[in-house]
Amino acid sequence: MVARPEPAVTPDEPLEDTIRRIVREEVERAFRRDPASRRLCLIASKGTLDWAYPPFILGSAAAAAGMEAAIFFTFYGLNLLRKDFDRTLAVSPVGNPAMPMPVPMPDIVTALPGMKALATGMMKGLFRQKGVASVRELRDVCLESGVRLIACTMTMEVFGYTADDFVPGVEFGGAGAFLSEARRSHVTLFV
Amino acid sequence: MAVPVEDSSLDCRGLLCPMPVVRCSREMKRLRPGQVLKLLATDRGAVTDIPAWAADTGNELLHWQEDGPVLVFYLRKGDDV
Repeated sequence: MVARPEPAVTPDEPLEDTIRRIVREEVERAFRRDPASRRLCLIASKGTLDWAYPPFILGSAAAAAGMEAAIFFTFYGLNLLRKDFDRTLAVSPVGNPAMPMPVPMPDIVTALPGMKALATGMMKGLFRQKGVASVRELRDVCLESGVRLIACTMTMEVFGYTADDFVPGVEFGGAGAFLSEARRSHVTLFV
Repeated sequence: MAVPVEDSSLDCRGLLCPMPVVRCSREMKRLRPGQVLKLLATDRGAVTDIPAWAADTGNELLHWQEDGPVLVFYLRKGDDV
């Protein structure tokens, strides 16, 4: 048990203000000690080029801020852990009316062969030109800075992935592992 | 306020989120407590990201300024980081 300094009572301060101040100081002290305020736990469920960014950006930024970070990859998110994901990461304009296009085009045109490759190439080029780190760089930063990357074993089984498909350093777990982390983390997001 | 004198300098011009914070964190690990890092960035988000990062990690933002399009931050490494 660590000795705690007695709250200072100032003679001129009204009693109610003193109580409010002490409560506020105690809450602030408790919050600073709360390890959950230094933990982040994400679910990454999407495996397209655009949705690859948020989990790796938040994970690397959390690690840079001294937080313990864990990202659970499930369903299509498993794609982001693959060794060869540079080949498989893509983005499609089909069904995404918010995607900026160089020229307006009818929905049916966005579904033509080659449009996915075109959109993917454009997004990668634009991101590089603007100075955004690549998904591979961001994933490397996460791995180097101790972000735990955890693959959902249930969806691995369903999709036929093995541990060898994934980059070294990936851990394996299920809903129980996620919940055990998440209940100790103030920051949890489903991406 | 007088512009602080830096012990180390880091150029993050042209880099976007989260790389300025990631590089800043890495560079700060190399410094000793009390030493000052000068960081250059052009990502406008750094105006909020860098002060927030400093507050969360126990480092001190001494001063920041805009030199044209470049944001310049001076950060002093905290004692217990």
